[in-house]
Amino acid sequence: MTLLHESDYGTPAAVCDETVRVQVDGIDVTVPKGTSVMRAAAEAGLSVPKLCATDSLQPFGSCRLCLVEIDGRKGTPASCTTPCEPGMVVRTQTPKVERLRRNVMELYISDHPLDCLTCPANGDCELQDMAGVVGLREVRYGYEGANHLDAPTDASNPYFSFDESKCIVCSRCVRACDEIQGTLALTIVGRGFESKVSPGGRSFFDSECVSCGACVQACPTATLEEKSVIELGMPTRTVETTCAYCGVGCSFKAELRGDELVRMVPSKSGGANEGHSCVKGRFAWGYATHSDRVLSPLVRDSITEPWREVSWEEAIAFAARRLKEIQAAHGTDSIGGITSSRCTNEEVFVVQKMVRAAFGNNNVDTCARVCHSPTGYGLKTTFGTSAGTQDFKSVAASDVIVVIGANPTDAHPVFGSRMKRRLRQGARLIVIDPRRIDLVRSPHITADYHLQLQPGTNVAVVNAISHVIAEEGLIDDDFVADRCDPILYAEWREFIARPENSPEALEAITGVPAADIRAAARLYADGPNSAIYYGLGVTEHSQGSTMVMAMANLAMATGNIGREGVGVNPLRGQNNVQGSCDMGSFPHEFSGYRHVSDDVVREQFETLWGAELRGDPGMRIPNMFDAAVTGEFKALFVQGEDVAQSDPNTHHVQAALAAMELVIVQDLFLNETARYAHVFLPGTSFLEKDGTFTNAERRINRVRPVMASKTGKQEWEVTCDLSTALGYPMHYDSASQIMDEIATLTPTFAGVSFHLLDEVGSVQWPCNADHPLGTPVMHVDRFVRGQGAFQVTPYVPTEERSTRRYPLLLTTGRVLSQYNVGAQTRRTANVEWFEEDVLDIHEADAEARGIADGTWVTLASRVGSTVMRARICDRVPPGVVYTTFHFPSSGANVVTTEYSDWATNCPEYKVTAVEVSPTLRGPGEQTVGVAAGSSVAG
Amino acid sequence: MSAYAPGSVEAVRSTLAALPPDERLILPALQHLQEAFGYVPEGSVDAVADELNVAKAEVVGVLTYYHDLRETPPPAVVVQVCVAEACQAQGVRDLLRGIEGEYAVAVGKRTLVGDVEFDKVYCLGNCALGPAVMVNGHLVGRCDTRRLRTAIQAAR
Repeated sequence: MTLLHESDYGTPAAVCDETVRVQVDGIDVTVPKGTSVMRAAAEAGLSVPKLCATDSLQPFGSCRLCLVEIDGRKGTPASCTTPCEPGMVVRTQTPKVERLRRNVMELYISDHPLDCLTCPANGDCELQDMAGVVGLREVRYGYEGANHLDAPTDASNPYFSFDESKCIVCSRCVRACDEIQGTLALTIVGRGFESKVSPGGRSFFDSECVSCGACVQACPTATLEEKSVIELGMPTRTVETTCAYCGVGCSFKAELRGDELVRMVPSKSGGANEGHSCVKGRFAWGYATHSDRVLSPLVRDSITEPWREVSWEEAIAFAARRLKEIQAAHGTDSIGGITSSRCTNEEVFVVQKMVRAAFGNNNVDTCARVCHSPTGYGLKTTFGTSAGTQDFKSVAASDVIVVIGANPTDAHPVFGSRMKRRLRQGARLIVIDPRRIDLVRSPHITADYHLQLQPGTNVAVVNAISHVIAEEGLIDDDFVADRCDPILYAEWREFIARPENSPEALEAITGVPAADIRAAARLYADGPNSAIYYGLGVTEHSQGSTMVMAMANLAMATGNIGREGVGVNPLRGQNNVQGSCDMGSFPHEFSGYRHVSDDVVREQFETLWGAELRGDPGMRIPNMFDAAVTGEFKALFVQGEDVAQSDPNTHHVQAALAAMELVIVQDLFLNETARYAHVFLPGTSFLEKDGTFTNAERRINRVRPVMASKTGKQEWEVTCDLSTALGYPMHYDSASQIMDEIATLTPTFAGVSFHLLDEVGSVQWPCNADHPLGTPVMHVDRFVRGQGAFQVTPYVPTEERSTRRYPLLLTTGRVLSQYNVGAQTRRTANVEWFEEDVLDIHEADAEARGIADGTWVTLASRVGSTVMRARICDRVPPGVVYTTFHFPSSGANVVTTEYSDWATNCPEYKVTAVEVSPTLRGPGEQTVGVAAGSSVAG
Repeated sequence: MSAYAPGSVEAVRSTLAALPPDERLILPALQHLQEAFGYVPEGSVDAVADELNVAKAEVVGVLTYYHDLRETPPPAVVVQVCVAEACQAQGVRDLLRGIEGEYAVAVGKRTLVGDVEFDKVYCLGNCALGPAVMVNGHLVGRCDTRRLRTAIQAAR
């Protein structure tokens, strides 16, 4: 494939039902009203020269290259800023405009280095292209006058450089930062000849720049250029694929030179990101070829021995023999597997198939257990589908946005930018979070209400909001009568109206003033389009599932379901959380969320797979660990997940892993879990994978191999080999065949195939005969389950609460530059922004403990303790501390406890009672707390 | 300059907090600061960005765009000489030559001579009475070297 250049229409598409007809250079063209003359020309197949215009940005009219003549009008208007009017006759190539363009270009070139042949952008430079297009032959002014040729280069950003001498001050970068990213880190300083692009008068690295790459992409010259392009040269071919970081699932063009990846550029045609990216997807892909990667299989008899490098055959035979021995000695149920939300649907599907068909039990679970399992449970119970209701685009139609327990600008930055764009247009915002996240107040965005609740009181707050809506007559009675189960509604209505759910009654528990709750409730109910977006701050609680249902109740009660701009939407943490759940990774469900006890469904699988399958649910991850500690569970296959760092109560997890006779880890790196492993099967990075990821909006995106597998095998091939060695032969010629099997067995995926995805780009499930091109917005005319099911959601406080010994509440999260346990981002230049986890603590709490900003502190809970640096800040209220879990040296999960969601066992990461004290101990020292040994089995 | 308050961060913050509701915009905010302190003190960019909830870069963009906004304390006397068309027609070039002779200096951008700063500006809105000069904010119409000398003396 050659280098893919997406066409640029110059100005954004106008959205209007009315059309106008114009004539451009003799060609008739009909366009929506509001379309620019430049875009109309492009749609007629013509191209008007331009420099400051690009179709991702609003027209600006500064470069004066796109001048045209319009019959009956004086002068030569800029085609980018001139909207089409009915009957307009436009001429884009006349001697007059051609002369003007040449003169303008002559001025540009008189102050531009003439080093095209040695410039990194040679061949990918719009200035170079336009100089050719306008027919520039000479520069009459000479090059001796005042110029900017000696202007400095700012190379402070690790991923791109800013060579001011090449800048034509078209402002595309400034506008990209303003309009697309919404950070507004760039500006033009000075005026006239002194005007220049600047990140606010400081270096890029020290500025507010978040390194999303939008400016680099917008730059028409080599001024803002990826350092990788400067070092490696201009790429020559493109592979379209999908980012493997968060659940936004951005589409990227992987641009290569030979077999070497030069850069990742977001695709304008990507349904999730529409041409935008963040620092992780755009730049932090270097881990994929990092020297820490293990490329050959490793085995060892015990975890105290060194690893032996072996062939694939030996590793598979070793693993299969040990698994069979263990099952013979300890029973069929003594082994199990964990699938990864980082892997493709196809890879996940074969792992759960291996467990069910080859292991002969249902002991398969997924890392989604520890993040979004309550979403699956809650939304399925209330709406009938274990997934969010909207596509990301929908937020552009929201009038009121509620963000609960999520931090989109750090954790889901590309969606965060979409949301911020809507907020700058005037949508209202309610943030429900113990911490003051950036959205509460950042340039041009202010939350109308920040309900700064006590950690663990989500359900109380949302119940209180619903109470106000019921009490003040704000329920959408028509919607409820038409769409919801009347009996369940009546039960809920009676429950929610009880005085114990009033904001006044709950004020003391939640810490949120009743007046704020009342005002926020009215705002949400008034909409007219109100949308809820939530993250792990909702699910990772002992009442995670209750909270998901409470939000669903709220949306149903106000009729905010089933159209653009509304809905209840999980922001998924990992690239394929949705997909790994869809693929039947849970111990009780086959693909498409059908219970294993359903005989009809199970028979279908048995027939196609030629194996007898169990009808009783298997073990969940925490059950597996508990059973391992008590000696009943002996072997675990772990696909691409670092449970020893990511799962709560690290010491309990370590004890469980150490107690097993066989741990098989399939991963890129020898992670923390691999310390306890006997077999290490090297995995493939997303750049080597062939398959699909499903993002948070149910969008199935293709992941295409950018380079050959560095291990010689696709991960699904390894799984098939292991299954075959266990006596259940599994074989596929390609990943596409696996998807065909998924489609055959899963009604919501019935229409999905690689062929369809290659043809249309992506689809959102359900994709079947009724919805051949997928379903962007769900529950439009009726709920998937028929009638919406209100659920009674009483607030039950978590048993984890602050005590005299552990008086503070710890909650956890992510930062922009790092990702999850950091296995990838720690192996990139992203560490320049964030090189260690820190503990955010309020000034009052710090002062009371004699803690100074930047000093080492011990963070201790009843299960363990760790050491990290403190940062005194006012983002957390007194009584609450906050940290991230990106680095194993600090290992925040050493302190998190075994409490979990009542319905799904999703761990209660977001509430841990802790104490913080100053320490002289160094970093990385972790200890098991006094009570840990006895409390873990619960 | 005793007429101005010292430009501490606290003073900047309190000036910004007192902005009238319809002037909570970047340019009026910077003008209020300059009015209060004679210049836009260090730390104002962050303070304005925070107070108005705008990006720091936006404040920097406005601050560096307007020639009239200054980031250093002014000397005792600031003389702004209008060199726009109307004043040129009224003979401002003679006045400039007079100044340059008297102070032995070529007037450019914010040219400092002792405790007097001379600057060229474009239109003070007093075209009917050119050449127009502003001395420490006071307009002097029909200005010549003699009237200017008096005005400078008065301003000291």
